[in-house]
Amino acid sequence: MKSLIFRTITPVITSVMMLFSIFVLLRGHNEPGGGFIGGLIAVAALSIYGIAFGGETVRRAIVFHPLSIAGAGLLLATLSGLLSMVFHVPFMTGLWVYPVVFGEEIPLSSVMTFDIGVYLVVVGAVTSIALSLEERGED
Amino acid sequence: MNVTDLTFLALCLPFLGALFAPLLTRMLGHNAAWVLALIPAAIFVHFAGFTAEIAQGTPITGGYTWVPSFNVRFSWLIDGLSLSFILLISGIGALIVLYAGGYLKGHAHQGRFFSFLLMFMGSMLGLVASDSFLMLFVFWELTSITSFLLIGFDHHREAARRAAFQALVVTGGGGLFLLAGLIVLWNISGVTQFSALMSLGPMVKASPLYLAALVLVLGGAFTKSAQFPFHFWLPNAMEAPTPVSAYLHSATMVKAGVYLLMRLNPVLGDTPEWQLILPVFGAATLVIGALLAVRQTDLKLMLAYTTMSSLGLLVMLTGFGVPYAIEAAVLYLVAHSLFKGALFMVAGIIDHETGTRDVTRLGGLRTAMPLTFAIALAAAISMGGLPPFFGFLAKEEVYAALSSSDPRSIVFAVLVITGNALMFAIAFAVALKPFSGKLVATPKHPHEAPVLLWLGPAVLALAGLVAAVLSAAGHALISTPMASAIAGEPRVITISLVPHIGVPLALSGITGVIGIALYLGLARVRAGVASVLAWIGWGPDRGFDQAIRGLVRFSFAVTRRLQNGRLDSYMTMTFTAIAAVLLVPPFVFGELALAPVFPSIPLHELAIMVIAVIGLFAVVLAKDRLTAIVSLGIQGFSVAVIFLLYGAPDLAFTQFMIETLAVVILALVMTRLRLSPSDHRPFRETLPDAAIAIACGLGAGLLLLKVTQVPFDTALSDFFAQYSKTIAHGANIVNVIIVDFRGTDTLGEIAVVMIAGLAILSLVRLRAGSMRRIADNDPDAEEAGR
Repeated sequence: MKSLIFRTITPVITSVMMLFSIFVLLRGHNEPGGGFIGGLIAVAALSIYGIAFGGETVRRAIVFHPLSIAGAGLLLATLSGLLSMVFHVPFMTGLWVYPVVFGEEIPLSSVMTFDIGVYLVVVGAVTSIALSLEERGED
Repeated sequence: MNVTDLTFLALCLPFLGALFAPLLTRMLGHNAAWVLALIPAAIFVHFAGFTAEIAQGTPITGGYTWVPSFNVRFSWLIDGLSLSFILLISGIGALIVLYAGGYLKGHAHQGRFFSFLLMFMGSMLGLVASDSFLMLFVFWELTSITSFLLIGFDHHREAARRAAFQALVVTGGGGLFLLAGLIVLWNISGVTQFSALMSLGPMVKASPLYLAALVLVLGGAFTKSAQFPFHFWLPNAMEAPTPVSAYLHSATMVKAGVYLLMRLNPVLGDTPEWQLILPVFGAATLVIGALLAVRQTDLKLMLAYTTMSSLGLLVMLTGFGVPYAIEAAVLYLVAHSLFKGALFMVAGIIDHETGTRDVTRLGGLRTAMPLTFAIALAAAISMGGLPPFFGFLAKEEVYAALSSSDPRSIVFAVLVITGNALMFAIAFAVALKPFSGKLVATPKHPHEAPVLLWLGPAVLALAGLVAAVLSAAGHALISTPMASAIAGEPRVITISLVPHIGVPLALSGITGVIGIALYLGLARVRAGVASVLAWIGWGPDRGFDQAIRGLVRFSFAVTRRLQNGRLDSYMTMTFTAIAAVLLVPPFVFGELALAPVFPSIPLHELAIMVIAVIGLFAVVLAKDRLTAIVSLGIQGFSVAVIFLLYGAPDLAFTQFMIETLAVVILALVMTRLRLSPSDHRPFRETLPDAAIAIACGLGAGLLLLKVTQVPFDTALSDFFAQYSKTIAHGANIVNVIIVDFRGTDTLGEIAVVMIAGLAILSLVRLRAGSMRRIADNDPDAEEAGR
């Protein structure tokens, strides 16, 4: 899109939305949010970026092929589920650790990595669809 | 290692061997056969070690847990019946491997052949060793699949491909009957193991489902054991290389059906149905097979049809239900395995050394191939049921079972004598005719076969003699335990080579006389049978082709109608179906929702709803497609706001994002489809679409109304609310459900998202021009083009 205002403001909006999507992803366990919603926000951010600068720019910005991102997410989610097998508890059982960093207790869990996997799958798959539809001239 | 582990290893060994066979053949050439034959030999030795213990009457069982949640075990039952089969399969298997080494010497894919052969052997061993129903079924279908590979080994010939396909469809389809039958048996008895089922025979026979179980099991057994009218795949399977024919016909594959009947005899047997169906089909197969065999001039086909006869005889005896019948079946099964394996290998040797299998173009080979002649003669004497070979004992026992004076026995005795006399004639037509008389010129100059080729048949022919001479020991160790296992009660076999003057010997004499007469007049009998068959014209083999062709035509017609390539007709069909599903059941079953009671709605909520409705009207009235898409977004956002107002922030959040992305993606799709910016159809053409849309909306609305009027079960939401924080350490119940309580669901869902992404990407990249059109698959066009 050629609008100067849009192209000027888009990088700001996109970066804020990306940051927000990660915020939503991480707070999901206790407040409204989570991997699925976070992923959709990230896709929206990338779509806006794509509308302003074209699909090729988006591809360069996310470095990896979108479907590779989705695949990595699926792998991460599967491994998070399989991790419980190592500790002899049923598949997909949530495992929690509470490391203390700078006097602050930070709860980490396999549930969180699973949610990150969901986020990556949604980002990768939907971005891939949007980008392939956008770049109709090249294929 | 204990016995259980060793037995498991023995059952796995052929599959391991199949893995290494190609590599070994690349290193050693055809001599790899000597190494690979050690596998069945080792299995033979391992199981032969159980003989004495099993002869005492204690079956050997063992196994491992397979699917504990369904109470399925990988377990085996080695009793007299399965032991005899295992020894035949592994013993003859070793000889067949050696024979294949000589027969396919220098073949480009000999390694692959060994691999298929060993896999088939492993499947067959697993089948007869199985104790659990499911294991039997898995191995049963594995034998169908591996025999498909073996029969279609020369896959560049269409006849081989057709024969392989036919065998797979018939025997694999029969396997599905068997699965259903086993499930019915499980349903009746509540057990999943044969060892437990054996004592429940009276319970199964008393059940109202007995006939269903019987018919289903017979559907599996009759297709596998090539009983009329499912026999046609068996002669067609002669397209396979001769080692396969020899193996399939002697100890394996076709005997699987007989094995199943023998295994289930204590459970299903001894009823009027069993004693009617089995003998009738068996005797019909016996006589028809023998008649069809006479008509052939190809050595392999003659033998193939006599196999069909022999299977008929075995099925008949298994179900005959008189003294000596089971014993006769046991002896005949062993004798048949030995002589039929040898004869097939002899036929292969003749083909290999002379270049033809046509009995009318062979003669006088006795000087060129004396050893082969001796082997063939020994096997034929056994097949003809003459002393001093094992076939004689088997036939005496058969006639002992049939020699009573009731009408049923007399009718079946006449049929059996007919079949046996025909088989007698064919045995010598195969084993005597090519060797006697004047030497006939053949495509290749005949000479004696190499050791790899004659070793197998020689051992089998000799075994037929040894088994007869040492019959007392053989009965004690093999035949008696096997007969006892089939009968489900102790049986003793005593017959020996010492002739007993009586009715059986007289019947044998009659058979021999008729057989010799038929042999001398074979050319005339052949012409007679051929003219009768030409008069009938149609057979199940042609019927199979017609059925398959009809199926292809039908599927083509359905596909052309349903998948016509027009997106709008797909949409119309899909949404009409949805509307029908939503609207028809409530009216038919009187499940319509009651009229809702409208609560008083606050003004701000009312405003949101009005905006949603305005959005809808905007969609319908929009001048161009882009405006319509954006207007659809308005409606979606309003719904999201309603979710938010009613306390579902996660849902609202998701709805906002989905609506945004849906608008973006729809807009992209629209530009990609290169549609005109607006819909130019006149109003009356859009009317049906509008009707379908309204019907869908109405249906969904009524369904939702009805759902909300059903009392809400709060058990799940209470559970989640109570435990979300305490077990899963999360305050957001929705998220905890997604990633923890029902995380496995989510894993499946994201896999679907991923696959959808892949699918859409490939759809977008498809070029219309490069796709094959459906018309290219028209079966009629294909035939016309040939």
